[in-house]
Amino acid sequence: MDKIDHTIINRLQQSFPIADRPYLQEAEALGISEGELIQRLQAMLEHKQLSRFGPMYHAERLGGGLSLCAIRVPKEDFERVTAQVNSFAEVAHNYARNHEFSMWFVLATETPERIDSVIEEIEQLTGYRVYNMPKEKEFFVGLRFEL
Amino acid sequence: MVLSEQDYRLIAEIQDGLPLSSRPYAAIGERVGLSEQQVIERIASLQMSGVIKRMGIIVRHHELGYTANAMVVWDVPDDQVDAVGKKLGEQPCVTLCYQRPRRLPAWPYNLFCMIHGQERNRVLEHISAIVKAHGLDHIPHQILFSGKRYKQRGARYL
Repeated sequence: MDKIDHTIINRLQQSFPIADRPYLQEAEALGISEGELIQRLQAMLEHKQLSRFGPMYHAERLGGGLSLCAIRVPKEDFERVTAQVNSFAEVAHNYARNHEFSMWFVLATETPERIDSVIEEIEQLTGYRVYNMPKEKEFFVGLRFEL
Repeated sequence: MVLSEQDYRLIAEIQDGLPLSSRPYAAIGERVGLSEQQVIERIASLQMSGVIKRMGIIVRHHELGYTANAMVVWDVPDDQVDAVGKKLGEQPCVTLCYQRPRRLPAWPYNLFCMIHGQERNRVLEHISAIVKAHGLDHIPHQILFSGKRYKQRGARYL
């Protein structure tokens, strides 16, 4: 990745034009050709530096459910439980953390009601209690990574 | 905003990404039976109403060097959550800040903020600076750094 890639990442985490030639519009602002911008995005997606290029949806406004969940998984059981939890399509991401509450994952479901049923299924499959910690109030959301 | 069946088709069609071609909205339109102009209008209005938070790049932050990611959890008295949450949310290094339910007795923490950094020591310095600058010493907190990432697929709703 070079400086141009970094600038692309910084700019396109803010917004992307909704216009008939959006890549051209961005490319002009970056001082490169439309083809080069598309190629660079393609390469960053292929190298898994980007997770996606497209819309970020607001789960609740789409009518979906979203929640952060945690499980207290002992070290020796971590592999098994990880595989079981990740087998659910509703698990959007899953991180280990250095705490007794060692597994933290996000559930994204088609309806809000489905959150509880997925949690029940995960509890039955893993044998562990799932602590459901949905957002109650949002104070700040600004997840951007400057390069 | 009430979403039509067509909106849902459009939302589903682009949830994995925009086409990487010169006229991406025209390409989407061909797949869902809309004109380029109609797609542009629908997406713009979905963004205006907040169904789409933003369009663009979603990075894999680990791959970009952001490997020191702290979730700082605070046990804030209920009547102070708003004030402390607002304060934490204003810190430049804080990327997300939410109130969540306590799960007593095992989990007493009700305020969560994320600090994504490239070095663990810098992140720890940020946290102690915040505690000091805003007089948060009396509020019990814990720092949970992320270890291995086991999944990052992004949410799919449809």
